Amino acid sequence: MIPVLVSTSLERVTDSSWAPTATVAMLRRRAAHLATIRQFFFARDVLEVETPALAAAGVTAPHIESLQEASTGFWLQSSPEYAMKRLLAAGVGDCYHLARAFRAEEQGRYHNPEFTLLEWYRVGWDAAALMAEIEALVAEVLGDAPVHSKRYAEAFLAAGLPDPLSASDIEFEQAAIAAVGALPVGLDRDAYLDLLLDAVVIPSLPTRCFLTHYPASQAALAQLDPNDPQVAQRFEFFCDGVELANGFVELTAADVQQQRFLKDQRQRQTLGRRAMAMDERLLAALKTGLPACAGVALGVDRLIMLAEGADSISDVMAFSWKRA
Amino acid sequence: MATYSTNQFKSGLKIMLDGDPFSIVENEFVKPGKGQAFNRVKVRNLKTGKVIDRTFKSGESVEGADVMETEMQFLYGDGEYFHFMTQDTFEQHAAPAAAVGDAAKWLKEQDMCSVTLYNGQPLSVEPPSHVVLQVAQTDPGLKGDTSSGGNKPATLETGAVVQVPLFIQEGELLRIDTRSGEYVSRARD
Repeated sequence: MIPVLVSTSLERVTDSSWAPTATVAMLRRRAAHLATIRQFFFARDVLEVETPALAAAGVTAPHIESLQEASTGFWLQSSPEYAMKRLLAAGVGDCYHLARAFRAEEQGRYHNPEFTLLEWYRVGWDAAALMAEIEALVAEVLGDAPVHSKRYAEAFLAAGLPDPLSASDIEFEQAAIAAVGALPVGLDRDAYLDLLLDAVVIPSLPTRCFLTHYPASQAALAQLDPNDPQVAQRFEFFCDGVELANGFVELTAADVQQQRFLKDQRQRQTLGRRAMAMDERLLAALKTGLPACAGVALGVDRLIMLAEGADSISDVMAFSWKRA
Repeated sequence: MATYSTNQFKSGLKIMLDGDPFSIVENEFVKPGKGQAFNRVKVRNLKTGKVIDRTFKSGESVEGADVMETEMQFLYGDGEYFHFMTQDTFEQHAAPAAAVGDAAKWLKEQDMCSVTLYNGQPLSVEPPSHVVLQVAQTDPGLKGDTSSGGNKPATLETGAVVQVPLFIQEGELLRIDTRSGEYVSRARD
């Protein structure tokens, strides 16, 4: 029997749904922005590298869901981070990656399950040097504007919220309910912080602003601050209220990385998420030796959206998820 | 009743929250790169009309509300209930005054209305966007003045009071926009 194939497109197939979600003029300007980015790194002698979009390991990050390819069981990469770190351990030096990344279940005004991510690493750099380079790249694409920098905790306090480093979970729950209304049960402290960051802190930031020194509980793959282990050497960059980039002074110790993976796996279990294996090849590369480096990932669709004054990233992509 | 996951949320979807039926007004997916994903929504309580904010963890499921909008003909009011009928099945529904609310002042017998049924009972009534109603009472205007500005109140056959031009006389049929409550024009039978 021949199986009947049913379209699974999110948008009903209609006479007009074949058409791109961006105008042709927009696609031309998008191409020009991509050329600007490549030129920026070429001029600075940063090597463009390509890594597998489909690989044996996904990520253990508690809030990132990888997409799995059906016939091989391989995972579409949610970022090129692990493969780029293996290249860095192999001695590739300063490098960047401008390509698609994939994250399941993320769809909205600023999200698309398949999106374009720019990620780059600078060997021997600290956070301040990398932040200055991000500022320069963003100015190339968006034009010049003043850039501010605040510590994560300072920004919370300035917005009239409890101190992320010392206040109790109950205080955060109450602040979150006051900000966004009734909440689902079973949220952890970091979920309250995420909600408040989005609803209260980000709207209070200047047009271009770095948030630095994220709480250690949100260190991800960043080193903790040697002077204050309550915070991590992780920063994010916000532009016009949009989260644009996330950077780390990279964790290089294999044993610490393994502990973080184990913690991620326990958290995934608590959250009822699918169990994910840790990337043993990344751990092996770290054991061989990752040079001290700082790295950052930047959402290119969002950057182009801001450059073009568009309302949503779907306006700057040829075919957004609904029409993919 | 069906359940809906947050990734099926869109404006107009009818869901149950705290035992009441709600309609989604706005749905926004928010997620910091490394953090928890949420759907922040504005929902309207279909009983009270009040709009509130709610936040869901993305991936949560919510029960759908058995809410249906149906075109029905207004038959008559008996002082306590307003009676409607679906024209294809002749099925009749009695809506309490509370469910009809402000729509009552535009309801004329035999007009078609949009009635929202919740678990089979009328929950709210939407009058037609335009109705033709007769002027029951208005002060005499200036004879012959058909153009210049100036308004006066007129009470219509349903009891509604609208501002009309000075030349409108008692007994005339007027076309009214029920969304704004404003006079549009004279109407011919």
